Amino acid sequence: MLDVILRFAVILAVFLLLPLIIGQTEHKVMAHMQSRLGPMYAGGFHGWAQLIADGVKFAQKEDVIPAAADRRIFMIAPGVALVPYLVVLIVIPIDKNGFGVNLDLGLFFVLAVMGIGVLGSIMAGWASANKYSVLGGMRSAAQLMSYELPLVLAASSVAMAAGTLSLPGILDQWQWWWLPWQAIGGVVFFLAGLAELRRPPFDMPIAESEIIMGPMTEYTGMRFALFMLAEYAGIVVLSFLTTVLFLGGWHGPLLAGWIWTLIKVFLLAFLVIWMRVSFPRLREDQLQKLAWVGLVPLALVQLALTGVVKVLL
Amino acid sequence: MVRIPGVGLAKGLSITLRHMLRRSVTQQYPEVKPALPARSRGVIALVEENCTSCMLCARECPDWCIYIDSHKETLPAPEGGRPRQRNVLDRFAIDFALCMYCGICIEVCPFDALFWSPEFEYAEGDIRNLLHEKEQLGTWVETVPPPPAHDAGAEPPKELTAAPRRPSGTAGPSARQAPSDTPTPRRTPRTRDTPEAKPPPEGSTEATPTDSSSTDGSSTAKPPADRTPPTATPPQTSRAEATPPEASLPEATSPEATPTEGSLTEATPTGAKPTAEPPAGTAPEPAEEPTPPASAPKTEAEGGQLSTGEQSGDKLSTGSGESSRPPDSGEQTSAASPRRRRMADPRSIRPPGQLQSGETQESEEDS
Repeated sequence: MLDVILRFAVILAVFLLLPLIIGQTEHKVMAHMQSRLGPMYAGGFHGWAQLIADGVKFAQKEDVIPAAADRRIFMIAPGVALVPYLVVLIVIPIDKNGFGVNLDLGLFFVLAVMGIGVLGSIMAGWASANKYSVLGGMRSAAQLMSYELPLVLAASSVAMAAGTLSLPGILDQWQWWWLPWQAIGGVVFFLAGLAELRRPPFDMPIAESEIIMGPMTEYTGMRFALFMLAEYAGIVVLSFLTTVLFLGGWHGPLLAGWIWTLIKVFLLAFLVIWMRVSFPRLREDQLQKLAWVGLVPLALVQLALTGVVKVLL
Repeated sequence: MVRIPGVGLAKGLSITLRHMLRRSVTQQYPEVKPALPARSRGVIALVEENCTSCMLCARECPDWCIYIDSHKETLPAPEGGRPRQRNVLDRFAIDFALCMYCGICIEVCPFDALFWSPEFEYAEGDIRNLLHEKEQLGTWVETVPPPPAHDAGAEPPKELTAAPRRPSGTAGPSARQAPSDTPTPRRTPRTRDTPEAKPPPEGSTEATPTDSSSTDGSSTAKPPADRTPPTATPPQTSRAEATPPEASLPEATSPEATPTEGSLTEATPTGAKPTAEPPAGTAPEPAEEPTPPASAPKTEAEGGQLSTGEQSGDKLSTGSGESSRPPDSGEQTSAASPRRRRMADPRSIRPPGQLQSGETQESEEDS
């Protein structure tokens, strides 16, 4: 029992800490990629406490709920967006003996729960009683529909290769040559995951310059902060999942397993930030086209490849 | 050529990555001051002593953001001629909330009373505080950079080429027109003059009454430009004329000035003889002395003003004297010296009563 509590406490700490670190990294990396310095004052040393200061600021703000809003749904939407990512973290193996819970249906569980996160933004968009929010919510829903398919197909390719749905089981089966073997699936999974997170360049539902943050238009204070936290927690979870499924998780020479996991996670998080800085937002039709004409066929190709190789072996 | 899919995406990624590895261009402003070009337009500085309230700047200003109030003041001519009128500046204010920093006022000012200063940190919480009165405009003078040096192969400044050709009188006006002088010529003559000048005053004092009367008449008729005719006479004579009035003035107005002179400059030994010395040799120097309080650190530009302004300051007891002080104290560098010259001329022009003093300066310079 104590062991379980301890593990959950650590997972909670990771869940709260990693998004902050990634958020701060995004501040600085994005700034330097744009030849700026980014936050430099908060906390004294290169603005390391910027996100803490932001949190304090958010906590001080008034929590406004529009008069026409569907109050209850409006209020729980940020929670719906955030909590699934916390739940997903429970089943992700960080080291060889794993961490949290070893579910036999781990992969299935992860994909199912991650899908709920998108529900949060649809709820927020509908409950805000704001046409921009509704637009954003609809786009979120459309995006979820399109990108959930390649995401699941790519993940199932790995499950096929490993012959198990358990995440630690997949990692136990993992060999280095899975990297090239599952490369296409990895790319598809990562891109589809990005789209599910509504990260740039797939941020059409948020699109602050045209529908002013979409589902989050009416949110203020802590609830808005929860949405932002959900976004960064989503990056963490996506990076963890991609690491575990396609990059071999804790496999790696010399260093301890959990260090390898974290290194890979941070590399992927950097990639997320990098892509955000480099690429312009996709138009809605381009977004859909990419999913259906690009990623879904690619995922199917990967699935076929996995099957062929599996049979030949 | 075959287009490889994804090349454009990779290019975008590489560009951002390269930028990340490069040094960012941000200047952390409050900690790191921007390196502004010397001639940048930050704020407009007013050298109050040089202002004749001619209103040119106020009239040229496209934004009508310059406010000038002045009145006429009648001064008895020091040598006993007709009383002279001069403009006294009561108020000079620039509303930087309206100013568009076109610099027309500075270019149009005929007497070098306005200057650009690169100082820009005068933001205010209340827009009304952006109306800078002349005191505040005067404080910017310290930040005015020295004038740029002439290009290597450039023509020598007109003051230098014109001055030796003509007699003493003409030199003055030419100096005014040409803004930038070379430093060295200016300086050296003065130093020479001081010793030489001293002797003449004693002998020439007799001459002064007659000469002065004649000069007075001419001067009243044509204040600035006309100075030349009286001065046109050979330098020695002009000196003689000029010196006596000055001598009388400094004595009467400021006993203080003489002591300061002594302390400040080499000429001070002459100071022992109150009457004779101040006028002839030291005339430029003493005037500077009174100025010290306000702006010790002022830039060379001010120094130039000071030399001219000193005399007037003593006589008038206006604030101008203060500004003039700094240049002398600094024993300005060569660059500064040219400036002085230029400024001096307009100064001498301004108050009719001072004409003679101005002449004396000119004559000294020429010699």
